[in-house]
Amino acid sequence: MNARHDEPLVSARGLTKHFGSAVAVDGVDFEIARGEAYGFLGPNGAGKTSTMRMIACMSPLSGGSLSVLGLDPASHGPEIRSRIGLVPQEDTLDLELTVLDNLLIYGRYFDLPRKVIRERAEKLLEFTQLTDRARDKVEPLSGGMKRRLTIARSLVSDPELLILDEPTTGLDPQARHLVWDRLYRLKQQGVTLIVTTHYMDEAEQLCDRLAVMDRGRFAAEGSPRDLISRYATREVLELRFGDDEPADVVGQLDGLVERTEALPDRLLLYTDDGDETLAQVHRLGMAHESALVRRSTLEDVFLHLTGRTLVD
Amino acid sequence: MTAEAIEVGREDRRHTATPRWLRSTAYWAYQYKRTWRGSLTTSFLYPVLYLAAIGLALGSLIDKHVGSVGGVHYLDFLAPGMLAATAMQVGGNEAMYPVMGAIKWLRTYFAMLATPLTVLDVLLGHLTWIALRLSMVSAIYLAVMAVFGTVHSLLAIMALPAAVLTGLAFSAPIAAFAATQTNDTGFSLIYRLGMIPLFLFSGTFFPISQLPGWLQVIARFTPLYHGVALCRGLVLDRLQLWPDLAHGAYLLALAVLGIGIALRTYRRRLIT
Repeated sequence: MNARHDEPLVSARGLTKHFGSAVAVDGVDFEIARGEAYGFLGPNGAGKTSTMRMIACMSPLSGGSLSVLGLDPASHGPEIRSRIGLVPQEDTLDLELTVLDNLLIYGRYFDLPRKVIRERAEKLLEFTQLTDRARDKVEPLSGGMKRRLTIARSLVSDPELLILDEPTTGLDPQARHLVWDRLYRLKQQGVTLIVTTHYMDEAEQLCDRLAVMDRGRFAAEGSPRDLISRYATREVLELRFGDDEPADVVGQLDGLVERTEALPDRLLLYTDDGDETLAQVHRLGMAHESALVRRSTLEDVFLHLTGRTLVD
Repeated sequence: MTAEAIEVGREDRRHTATPRWLRSTAYWAYQYKRTWRGSLTTSFLYPVLYLAAIGLALGSLIDKHVGSVGGVHYLDFLAPGMLAATAMQVGGNEAMYPVMGAIKWLRTYFAMLATPLTVLDVLLGHLTWIALRLSMVSAIYLAVMAVFGTVHSLLAIMALPAAVLTGLAFSAPIAAFAATQTNDTGFSLIYRLGMIPLFLFSGTFFPISQLPGWLQVIARFTPLYHGVALCRGLVLDRLQLWPDLAHGAYLLALAVLGIGIALRTYRRRLIT
């Protein structure tokens, strides 16, 4: 093992990626420790995928420096890639081969002995609940199964670092749950995870630390709890109105809470005590269709930092 | 993954050392396992049909009226030319849709590039597979030729590498082209403006001395002309040192140049 255990597994300084004149990643700094689960959050086009592809040594840097497993991707790409697993945003499975064959051939790229590949493939199919489909072609499998197979495939090489770009996008809730549960188990086993996702609640549960990306930069970085306490209040009061636009009624609530956010369909009031704020709203005699008091989430952090909701 | 699985792997990890490009060849071989029956049947039927219909049937007419073509029976003249022309077709085909598929449809190249393999490995591995396919097809062709009685010398065995080289002289530049394409319309142009005219006018069916002078000059510059001439010289045991070395050098240069260009077009397409 080349990287010492106290060294960060991934370390970026001023990491930059251009596509022609477009700037996808605009000079970001971060360090990811061994065993950590690190998440990139952000809307489409924020630069998450470009960042992931650079870490996976599939895309050269336009500027800055990057070290993965203590090595330079520009000179040690094959060596780094032999020790990491990648789940790309779009599946690159061979649809015409069987589930098992997809794992067997992938293991060959890493030059693993056939016996080892076969043993691992069996365990991984079990791990991703695909054992029953081992001899079936990939083409007719559901989206969730294909995604699980891609994850199983990325684990054939027994990677120290697993990079997952939107592992659950487009899956139904049940399939999503299964994927996140498996990622959680991998984390327990000490695999370092780097994940991008649109699903805040899941990121909150899995990730030790998160980077919120917006327009190629880090808007904030920290643990989920840390981000919420820094950028949101303890609770949120959500008000919905029948006919009025939320933006039109904001004026009536001046001074009631520190911060409000008017979304097209509802008004968010950031407060430390939602019930108390709701009582105050009632006292003001403000008409609303419904009210909901809830805990602040990463979604609120994101809204605050970027002025946008995550899933449009 | 469980702890035992991880342990098994660590112990054996460095035992075998397959060159990286050969690992990508393994993928294409894996793929071929699905279709080898149909593919090999075609490789067998194709020469049988051509040699029977044109070589024997049409050839007997030609022999009767013309006497001989290039100093031999028409079947003997045609067979080595068809060997080279078949290599062109197989070499060209294997570098068109499979390359586009590996970029656009199955995205196999991208799967490989997430592993230790590099763009050079991906390219050389694929071309190595094409060379293996060309060897299979050419070996079958030579066997059929032997059954038809058109193999008169042991030297004919050397027509196998010559046919493989002919095929690769097409595969490498066509793969370079395929990697620049976003849809398959360019491929039908290659067929219509490239491979079909070459098939007909590069000396496969008749000596190019039959062509008008200016067309002869053009024909001499086409790769298939050189492939046909080289295969024919070997099968008919009529090698001439310098002309045949030139044929081989031309084909080799085209293959090497094609690989160089393909490496650029592959990099531009696959590494972003």
